Amino acid sequence: MMTLKELAEKEDLLTAGHGLCAGCAIFPILKVVLRASQYPMVVSNDTGCLQMTTSHFPRTSWKLNWIHSAYGNSAAIVSGIEAMYRSLKKQGKFPLEKELKFLAIAGDGAANDAGLGPLSGAVERGHHFVYLCLDNQMYASTGGQRSSATPMGAAAPDTPASDALPGKMQARKNIARIMTAHKIPYVAQSAPWIWQDLYKKAERAFETPGPAYLNILSPCPFEWKTPTRKTIELTRLAADTCIWPVYEVKNGTKLTINYKPRQKLPVTRWLQSQPRFKHLEQSENKWIVDKIQEEVDKDWDYLLSAETEPKHRDN
Amino acid sequence: MASIKVLNGNAAVAEAVGQVHPDVVVSNPVAPATPILERIASFIAEGWLDAEIINAESAYSAISACIGASAAGGRVISATASQGLAAMHELLFVASSLRLPIVIAVANRALSAPINIHADHSDAMAQRDCGWIQLFSENSQETYDNIIQAFKIAEHPDVRNPVMVGLDGFITSHEMTNIWLVETGEVTDFVGKCNPAYSLLDSNNPVTVGSLDTPDYYFEHKVNQLQGMENARKVIKEVGKEFGDRFSRYYGYFESYKLEDAEYAIVLMSSAAGAAKEVVDELRSNGEHVGLLKLRVFRPFPHQELKEALSHLEAIAVLDRALIPGSFGGPLFNETRAALYDMEDKNLPLVFPYVYGLGGRDITIDNFRDVFRDIEEKNTEKIEIKTELAFINLRQ
Repeated sequence: MMTLKELAEKEDLLTAGHGLCAGCAIFPILKVVLRASQYPMVVSNDTGCLQMTTSHFPRTSWKLNWIHSAYGNSAAIVSGIEAMYRSLKKQGKFPLEKELKFLAIAGDGAANDAGLGPLSGAVERGHHFVYLCLDNQMYASTGGQRSSATPMGAAAPDTPASDALPGKMQARKNIARIMTAHKIPYVAQSAPWIWQDLYKKAERAFETPGPAYLNILSPCPFEWKTPTRKTIELTRLAADTCIWPVYEVKNGTKLTINYKPRQKLPVTRWLQSQPRFKHLEQSENKWIVDKIQEEVDKDWDYLLSAETEPKHRDN
Repeated sequence: MASIKVLNGNAAVAEAVGQVHPDVVVSNPVAPATPILERIASFIAEGWLDAEIINAESAYSAISACIGASAAGGRVISATASQGLAAMHELLFVASSLRLPIVIAVANRALSAPINIHADHSDAMAQRDCGWIQLFSENSQETYDNIIQAFKIAEHPDVRNPVMVGLDGFITSHEMTNIWLVETGEVTDFVGKCNPAYSLLDSNNPVTVGSLDTPDYYFEHKVNQLQGMENARKVIKEVGKEFGDRFSRYYGYFESYKLEDAEYAIVLMSSAAGAAKEVVDELRSNGEHVGLLKLRVFRPFPHQELKEALSHLEAIAVLDRALIPGSFGGPLFNETRAALYDMEDKNLPLVFPYVYGLGGRDITIDNFRDVFRDIEEKNTEKIEIKTELAFINLRQ
């Protein structure tokens, strides 16, 4: 098991001096993920907060090869880079002994919405890469609008809560299940509070031959309007309420739940922690809270029933 | 040793690509360009072309994969047309702004709606401001020659700019003709090695590609980007001459056909030039002073050279195979007319806009005769409105 000290001693490939907001989960997540590859990596960054705050010309926060081109295509870009790597290696134009890893990074907007086609295409083709989705459940860089990963009941600037409409009325797209259905070698969901799990999964993703998908909860204190010091704690609450289960699936079938809360907390604890759900406290919106609880229970029960390789409770 | 093969334009592209030897081929089927990719795929499957093929799930991903592959430091080719090219639009700007020497063959085809798979230049003309070098080919031979030259131009250290090579969809792309093929070794020698400015695979020298620019740098970066396109003017000429010196077929910005002593001329691009030359010959045998200018390089637009080639004329018909609603004539007309405007001698030739061949509509020998007659009449009558758009072979 990697200790925090050992982790800290590894080289920082994303340096300080970036412009991410205070309390943003992206940076702590990447501190862990970027340390999990034993080989140099190339990053294809989708448009979003991370890309904008780390590549402001003439500075860069990246100490590795990095490219950004547009919104929604990071998986297609990385498939080009990875194919070129294979081609040059095959032709003897690139040292055979030298190994590189490829990482696409996108927000939930890019992964779930505009970039879902390119993502699906790239994993179907079987490129050797890791796709990291930093899921803050909305379009944060454009001001917090809803994405298809925004949970039901959340208020967003384009689905505001009013008497007529209590926030977003559609359920969140379950991208981890969508990726699992592609039967790719590795799909995992984790969060920064359980960093050893996150590290292990990132390491496994990099080592997996073929495509791997990491879905990581990444709170956005700026848009969620939560205290910056609560970021990591919130991701634990998400796991304890089963809003954000921590699990992994190998080859589309071997499912392991890596964290099972001793006591499953009600979703109201999660909803009450964020002003975007404030309107759900009104009695006429109770049906939405019930509905959210019902859906969370269903998803959790599904995972429990689908688990093929249970692990011992370690919390 | 050069050899002759009977090939259509699509096969000619594939043959040239096979000889130039890209490292990555990006495939996404769009008619009429699909056979290009199928043939290249068969070269790879048969094992004599050692390249990786990416079967992209969309045109948007295809151009994205081209960008990734090119930024990774190798040679990249793709082919598309029409809706595929239109779907690439956003990324075409990125490819040229990142100065990536990607080559794309475009089997020029009409744009929807109504959906139509036949020839016109709407697809390429809609991308004329994307920062790509644009070459157009009259026939399969020119297509083959242009593809080979495209790589050399794109990868030239003074250029480093993507190139699209147009061939008329279902006309050039599918017509079987004799083609002189250059021997592969000579192609390799002519095109040279791909020497990228940087590579995303070089982990010892990490680069940040595609930064965020705020108003303090964006403008300078965009103007700097022009250098590649401007340098291409010289490089296109040099490459065309070197190609001619080696393989006996010379290329410039355009082909002047019996223009020197002409009074009336037609300006156009691509496959329609064949029939137009027939009419020029026929009218010349009747003593009429007519000629043709077939443009090969639309971007960078050779305004200076075009002015020199056309300034002595009485009247010019510019034939666009694209319709630009709300403009006063097609893009080729706009550029040609603007090129002539700053003539020192104020005896400007009259320039008239025509649109022909949309969605694969034929343009016949009769049509070209009519155009020459039309501009002669307009010139003698000295009509007031010189920019009224005329449509060729359109049922009224």
